[in-house]
Amino acid sequence: MLRLILKKLGLLIPTFIGVTLTSFFFIRLLPGDPILLLAGERGVSPERYNELMIQFGYNDPIWQQYLTYLGNLFQGDLGASIVTKQPVLQEFMTLFPATVELGVCAMLFAVIVGLPAGIIAAVKRGKTLDHTVMTTALAGYSMPIFWWGLLLIILFSGMLGWTPVSGRISFMYWIEPVTGFMLIDTLLSDEPGAFGSAVSHLILPTIVLGTIPLAVIARQTRSAMLEVLDEDYVRTARAKGLSNFRVIGIHALRNALIPVITIIGLQIGVLFAGAILTESIFSWPGVGKWMVDSIFRRDYPVVQGGLLMIAVIVMIVNLIVDLMYGLINPKIRHTE
Amino acid sequence: MSLKKSLLFGTSLFAAAVVAGPVMAKTLVYCSEGSPEGFTPSLYTTGTTFDASSIPVYNRLVEFVPGTTDIVPALAESWEVSEDGKEYTFHLRQGVKFHTTSWFTPTRDFNADDVIFSFDRQGNPQNPYHNVSGGTYEYYNAMDLPTLIDSIEKIDDYTVKFILTRPESPMIANLAMDFASIQSAEYADAMMNNKNAFDQQPVGTGPFQLVAYRRDAQIRYTANPDYWDGKAPIDNLIFAITPDASVRYQKLVAGECHVMAFPNPADLEEMSRDPNITLLQQEGLNVGYMAYNTTQTPFDNPKVRTALNMAINKQAIIDAVFQGEGQVAKNPIPPTMWSYNNEVVDDPYDPDAARTMLEEEGVTNLSMKIWAMPVQRPYNPNARRMAEIIQADFARVGVDVDIITYEWGEYLQRSSDPNRDGAALFGWTGDNGDPDNFLGVLLSCEGVGGANRAQWCNEEFDNLIEQARQSSDVDERTRLYEEAQVIFKREAPWATIAHSIVSEPISVRVENYKIDPLGKHNFYGVDLN
Repeated sequence: MLRLILKKLGLLIPTFIGVTLTSFFFIRLLPGDPILLLAGERGVSPERYNELMIQFGYNDPIWQQYLTYLGNLFQGDLGASIVTKQPVLQEFMTLFPATVELGVCAMLFAVIVGLPAGIIAAVKRGKTLDHTVMTTALAGYSMPIFWWGLLLIILFSGMLGWTPVSGRISFMYWIEPVTGFMLIDTLLSDEPGAFGSAVSHLILPTIVLGTIPLAVIARQTRSAMLEVLDEDYVRTARAKGLSNFRVIGIHALRNALIPVITIIGLQIGVLFAGAILTESIFSWPGVGKWMVDSIFRRDYPVVQGGLLMIAVIVMIVNLIVDLMYGLINPKIRHTE
Repeated sequence: MSLKKSLLFGTSLFAAAVVAGPVMAKTLVYCSEGSPEGFTPSLYTTGTTFDASSIPVYNRLVEFVPGTTDIVPALAESWEVSEDGKEYTFHLRQGVKFHTTSWFTPTRDFNADDVIFSFDRQGNPQNPYHNVSGGTYEYYNAMDLPTLIDSIEKIDDYTVKFILTRPESPMIANLAMDFASIQSAEYADAMMNNKNAFDQQPVGTGPFQLVAYRRDAQIRYTANPDYWDGKAPIDNLIFAITPDASVRYQKLVAGECHVMAFPNPADLEEMSRDPNITLLQQEGLNVGYMAYNTTQTPFDNPKVRTALNMAINKQAIIDAVFQGEGQVAKNPIPPTMWSYNNEVVDDPYDPDAARTMLEEEGVTNLSMKIWAMPVQRPYNPNARRMAEIIQADFARVGVDVDIITYEWGEYLQRSSDPNRDGAALFGWTGDNGDPDNFLGVLLSCEGVGGANRAQWCNEEFDNLIEQARQSSDVDERTRLYEEAQVIFKREAPWATIAHSIVSEPISVRVENYKIDPLGKHNFYGVDLN
């Protein structure tokens, strides 16, 4: 097992280098210049422009800039934002917990709803219930996040007044960040009502961000279940007289889960992409919105650093998913 | 007490004050559009940052009366200008207290040292704070202060003299700008071992003091109890950072905020019908225009430029692009600005006459480019649409238009190039209410290759602007600027298109809130009923 982990970790190194290369060069390939964007309509004199280029180190040859970046990176220095002048790592660490909190809730929502929905659709194959679930899933998958988010806000916050419009917690509370996760921090604080406020603020963004993964999981679960339900061992289990629940819940589901888990792993990347829009709609102080703003401002250090951190996290999650196969299906563990 | 702990202590006190308390504290929530870049105004250039830093936390020597561009004494009670216009002596206000916060307790009042520190930091590379927070001081440089200020002298604790290298009458207006906010020299000395925190945990003299800030979420302020001009009527001020305009509107409707920034033009009509919302409107201090490249044929001929201007149906642009929320522009400065010349007659919309004029000048089968900005601005909410309308107008007089656009940074760069082709859509929002900030920045010979996108250098116009800059007599300056506007109209380097109307929806509970012509959001003096 340890050898397997090491081997997988070794494979991550070229990916890591690749990410530094692409994030570094792609943002520079985009037209536009951070200094000109900072100056805006007023413009900047050629002398001043040169001064700033030197100050930011953009006058050096591009390969030298890359090597400097890489050198700093290995010392744990991701650089400082051109716009806010704050260290990128510090900005990332302040914003990241909010994204994780929302991402985890959205994923839980997607799994808790999507998995049973897929199973039910498979078991009731061809019946009205199956068609309903699958049509809803298709609709969910096709839903533009921005429109979906605004729709829910207008309905539940504007018209019905059931949920708050946006933010992480009511302005009545100020919760000092201890872990950065609002649900945990509100529990740790003695503020009565703060936890409830944090939960109510999570509901809509969770649904919006979780919708696409939910649809994917439901569809994937259904097809995986359909495949295993026809397998001999399922028929054998039924022949042994096991209850329907045991047959589906244990014999079939455990085997059907393998492709589903792969999909869940892959959805982590999708979640980050969805977080960008969801965070913008719900004023959620996470890394998604931060990255988009930085791309528009050509804030090179933030784009490079942020992309790299996100890529590393996605790689680690996928590594964990890879290792989990073994736990679910011993056959994979042995062939590795 | 460590900084972090003291901040924690301060915020819990604040939270207690907001949440509990038998006497309901008045808390105003402002749905702002984004996070400030930091809290030291001189380091940054955006209105979002100034709203959160210079306006609530700091004061300047002189300031704008809320809702106007009139200048009044603030930290300076009075000032004199020498005969030659090169020496400005400021007499400072006494008894002004810096904020007592959980991270700093001042031991002395505001004095001349603070003024000197605030400017020295920006202008002197040897100042220990000059390079802190990546110090680039864009506004200080843009207003040309490095070459303008010769020295700043402390005459005594409450008298400061600015010595300039040349007479510059917009100087006082410059000093009312955000970058000229006065910071505490005593606090700076105390933070020598942790200089970055100086820019993140501000200590000012302003009407509100910072309590806590969480990026992309909230900024919390409490009213400065010792404010020199009297404590603000509200007790707490919260910025709920809400980037999406539709969501800000929903929050206003749901009562989650009292004032919202930058509404969607499409929502205005609905807002005006909502009994719980007051929709404030005011003419913005801006101009949207199209700059010909006056160095290239046929646009080097003023008659051709005027003929083209006559082909543009500006009212149609106001209706379609501004949804009626604007007015046709005839001068390069907005009507709310002093020295606006209302005598100037705009070129009439007359496609037939325009076509004849073009033919008289030998311009037939002209094809040209119109540059459309890729971004939305108050002075031009939809440049693409505007370009399309002009394209159709020009087609009517036989001019073929190709619309082009670039990414914003590239657009800014390429449009400044003296060899650029065609005409570029652009605009400007005033920084300080001085006409020189429009006429000098955008149309002087000095600006060619930079902010002067028409690449227009007219000696007669330039002399008037230069004379006005050196005169400290407002009447004389007014006369000079009025004359300059006549020359501008005659020479037509731009098609002046529109001045927009700024709208701000507020809750009916909010009293005394005024739209700021410079686009800032100021909550001093505002009350909640």
